[in-house]
Order: sequence, then C-alpha cells, then structure tokens
Amino acid sequence: MNELILLRHRQIPDLHLLEVYQQNGGFEGMRKALTGMQPAEVTEMVKASGLRGRGGAGFPTGLKWAFMDNKSWPHYVVVNADESEPGTFKDREIMEGNPFQLLEGVVITAYAVQAHAAYIYLRGEFWQLAAQLDRQIAEMEAAGLLGDDILGSGYNLRIFTHLGAGAYICGEETALLESIEGKLGQPRLRPPFPPSYGLYGKPTVVNNVETLTNLPLILSKGVEWFRGFGTERSPGNKIFSLSGCVKRPGNYELPLGTTFRELIFEHGGGIPAGHQIKAIMPAGASSSLIVANEQALDTPMDYESVPSVGAQLGSASVIIVDDSVGIDWVIQKTLRFFQHESCGKCTPCREGTYWMKHLSQRIHSGQGTVEDVDLLHEVASQIKGKCLCALGEFSIEAVLSGIDRFRPDFETKTGGEQPVPLAAAVPTGDETGSFPE
Amino acid sequence: MNGLAEKYPQEIEEILSKYPPEQKRSAVMPLLYLAQREHGYVTKAALSDIAGLLDITPTDVASIVGFYTLYHEQPGGAIRIQVCNDLPCALRGADEFLAKLCDNLGIQVGQTTADGLVTVEAVMCLAGCDKAPMFQVQTGEGLEYHENQTVESALELVEGWRKQAAASAIPAPTEPEDGSIKERAERGTTSVDQAERLRMKGQGGGR
Repeated sequence: MNELILLRHRQIPDLHLLEVYQQNGGFEGMRKALTGMQPAEVTEMVKASGLRGRGGAGFPTGLKWAFMDNKSWPHYVVVNADESEPGTFKDREIMEGNPFQLLEGVVITAYAVQAHAAYIYLRGEFWQLAAQLDRQIAEMEAAGLLGDDILGSGYNLRIFTHLGAGAYICGEETALLESIEGKLGQPRLRPPFPPSYGLYGKPTVVNNVETLTNLPLILSKGVEWFRGFGTERSPGNKIFSLSGCVKRPGNYELPLGTTFRELIFEHGGGIPAGHQIKAIMPAGASSSLIVANEQALDTPMDYESVPSVGAQLGSASVIIVDDSVGIDWVIQKTLRFFQHESCGKCTPCREGTYWMKHLSQRIHSGQGTVEDVDLLHEVASQIKGKCLCALGEFSIEAVLSGIDRFRPDFETKTGGEQPVPLAAAVPTGDETGSFPE
Repeated sequence: MNGLAEKYPQEIEEILSKYPPEQKRSAVMPLLYLAQREHGYVTKAALSDIAGLLDITPTDVASIVGFYTLYHEQPGGAIRIQVCNDLPCALRGADEFLAKLCDNLGIQVGQTTADGLVTVEAVMCLAGCDKAPMFQVQTGEGLEYHENQTVESALELVEGWRKQAAASAIPAPTEPEDGSIKERAERGTTSVDQAERLRMKGQGGGR
C-alpha cells in the first residue's frame, strides 16, 4: 500500500480524535513553525516543497502566500471547503476523518501570513461537518493549540466556520469572500486579487482544504520527503474522487502522475460487466470529455500531462462514462447544472447557459436538428473568454469537447425536419422536461 | 420589537461574535438559518428582524434568501428530501430512484405529500457521488445525509417520520400568511423554481 499523506485516517483508527491525532505526530509541524521559524521561512519552505493548490487551478501555494500585501493589515486566511463540483467528494472525507490535520494546516498558513483570524467556508450542506469542526476548534483552544499564545509562541489565532447555503459559485474565491461578507455570492473583477484585496478589503489567502492538509507533514517531515511523492513539477499525492460507471467508486489517494488506467482499472475495479469505457471527465462537470482510448488511459494524471489529451486535471474528480451512455445526455446534465448555478452577473454565462441547456435538452429529446448541434457549438464558443470567473468557461468545456469528439451521439438524435422555433423557449421550471414548444 | 432577538438572544450574540464588529452584515447567512428553524422557511417578519439587527434593508436580506437555494421563501413540508440527480449520481441510477420515490409517495418532484410532512426536491451535487443514490434531509433544525439508498430504505425513513409526527414529535408546519397546506402541496416549490424566479427577479430582467 502506498504511503498516505492526506487520508491517514484510513490507516490510523480514530484519527479524528484529538488525543489520537496527538499520539500520531499531530501538531509537530505547527510546533516547528510557531516555535522555531520566522513566518517568511515557513512560506519559503512551502514554496520549496512545490505544493500546488488542490482546488483545481494548481497554482503554487507558497507563491500565493508570498503575494500578500504587507502594507495593509489585518491579514485573513480563508479555507475553501465549498466542495461543490459534481464528482468531487474529497474535502468532505478529509474533514470527517482527518480534521485536525486540516486545522493544523490552517494554523501554519495563518502564521506564515501573520493572520489572526481564519474562516472556514463550508458549503451549506456540510451542516453536520461544521458543527463537528466547531467542537474540534473548541477542543484545540482548550488544549492551548489555538487561541491566545499558541504553544507559548506568543502567536494568537481564532478559527471560525461559516456555512454557505447552496451555491456552487461560492467555490470561486472572490464569490466566496463576497458570501462571507453577507452579500450575493458573485465574483469580483480581478485584479486586485485576494492577496492584496480580499476579505473586508484586506489581504487574504484563500486555499482549498486538501491543499492545507498537506502542510503539517511538509513542515514536520521536510521538503525532500514531500518531493518523494508525485512528479518533478507536480509533487505530492492527490486525492482522486472516482465516480460514474465504475465498479468501485470512491476516493483514492495516489501520487500525482498515476495513470488513468491504474486509477480506473486497478483501484476502481474497472467498468461494470458488459460495458466498455467511453469517455473520462477528469475535472468533474467542468471538464472536457476525453476519448478513453489506449493513449488516454496511459496518460499520467498530473497538471502537465492531462492537457496532452485535451483536458485539465482540475480538482481530479474523475467521472467515468461507459458505452451505454450518450454524450448528448451527459451534456444536458452538465448544462442543467451550470444554468442553475450561474450567478447571473455576466451576461454571456447567464444567458448562454440558459440557451445551451434548452438546446441540449431539445437535441437529447430527439426534437433537434443538425443545425441545432452547430448552434449549440456556436453559443458555447461565444461564451469563451467573456466572463469574470471560470464558471462560464467551465460550462462550455464538456459541450465543445463533447460535440467535437463525439458528434455522432448528437447527430443520431436529430431526426426533426421542422426545427422548433427558439423564440418559443420560455422558462417552465420543469427541469426534467423536454424543450418547450 | 424584534421577534428573533427576543427568541434567540444568546445564539445571536454568538453569531455576531464571529465577525469584526464593523462587519456585522457577515452574520446575515447564519441568522437566516436561525430564522428558518421555526417555520422551515424565512417569514417576512424574520426578514425585517434580521435587517434591524444588521442595519441593512429587508430587501438586502431578501436578496440573500433568493440567491441561495437552502433558504426558502415559501413553506414546504416539515421535512424536505433533497435528492441529487446530477451527472455522477444519475450515472448510478439517481433519476430512476427519484422518479420511483415520488411515485410511491404519490407526488411529483417538487411537491409536498398531502399530509404536509414531506417535500421531495431534485438538487445539484451534494458531494456524495460515490454513494449514490443519495439525498439530504432538510428540516428547520438542520441537514442530514442519507447515502447508498434504495427506494425501500427511503420509504422506511418516511414511514418512521410519519409515526413520529403522529406522536407529534415533529410539529406540523405552522401557518403564517399564505395558503393552506393542501394548496401549497398542489402548487409545489422546488429549488429549481427558486432559481428561475431569481432569474426573473434579480438577474437582468424577465424573459
């Protein structure tokens, strides 16, 4: 079995208990940082580790911290625990099973950027998890591991949870900040980026749960140890959330650079009997559809290699589609999601996802024409590069790659001689219904 | 006269203490959850109460209710079953599960059972993709996940609630301003409806 960095609770029973966590090397990284290192040294160490953000963008974590504006105070740390990408369920397992390692990572981060308040933004559905984290934060405070004068270092930090209320867009970092400020979760125009203008207009580091959970062991075991996992440019392990048409769906913590084939067939047990793998979405619903040929299956899953088969690694939420599924159906599912989750701020995304959803439903229901397939492609192309945040971009990835790479799935559905007039499209509120006539 | 402040003074103080004093607007989301406890949705009175506590307008508070799907502007059943039928769950049979569950309860997706107890809704990804079919249960008190479900196991759960409700452990939803339970059940509300309403209301005009 490979060595685990993140899902250590799978090997150490009851790791979610403070006592057990302490007995298994807990808080050593934090102790090392707070009592023996300058904040800037911590940042340098994280830079040297090569750790990249696990939320999807893969941005170097230490570099992000180094951007914090030291002329503006106070500083804040915000943890992105909004985990809402269809197909992603890794942060939830970390918080359930190994919560103190996350909290320790938050302390290390906050110390590095000299913040005295940190907010963990959890999606509203993680109600029970937030209550559990609140109890664990209180336990740490009672044990002198959080609050005033942590471990006698003179450093103070409070960690608070903040629950969202059902909005995918709040996983986008600036929308998340707006949401904590009590506003609609809509993205901000950038620049300025959060390290100069973040929460309450103050310098803010926003990091994903999985990213932060790496930190305690990087600090305690060192940069060389961490770089022993993964690849040169994508060091470390990654949690791959495997779902869809596969025998054993679930989270698999594997070194970055593991191939799709190993994940799907060795760990995931392969495709249910009688079916063949058809397509892979490596980054959830936001993903391009990869044609699951031999070359794709042998591609290493890291930030550099996945683009060679026409997709991004993103949050590594690997959704498997088998040959019983039409890609036209997949697209109308992802578009239904993005249309629902568009925050409405940018016109191309708000209107574009609306029309794409209805076009895809019309095609899937067999009422579309070949021209509709072209139109869908064209609408998607027009959204590209025209939105404030990535949601608009994400909404078209599966559409463009789906039509380009699996066009027969769409065309065989189009039998209609008479196109249904698009002007007749009005919201019905009926999400499962066909294109309104 | 602030009903919310009178009812939950301690909870409100705790919530406000999480944020800088000059940034108390941040408390709007936790306060809305608090306000939803009693009726399972946010009443007009609660909008004003929260606005008063945070020095913002009731319209500001209402915009938050409209934007986020876990806040409800309309009463529903005492218990909302929110089934994920997004792509990964649907690849594992969530659409069929949802349809059969509704059939067995004698309702359509988005509607409430005649006894006013259960509303079934289709929702977006809940981060439980590997344990589909799955759903969350929302009551005024909070949220709870139920994973690796079958129609039978879900119906058993409903049966259990019915027994509890009969023993009045779960109070029937109270009736503030609008309509009988039956009317509400016929009308039906879904989070998707809510999103469509938001499009018409706040996002650049009607269609």
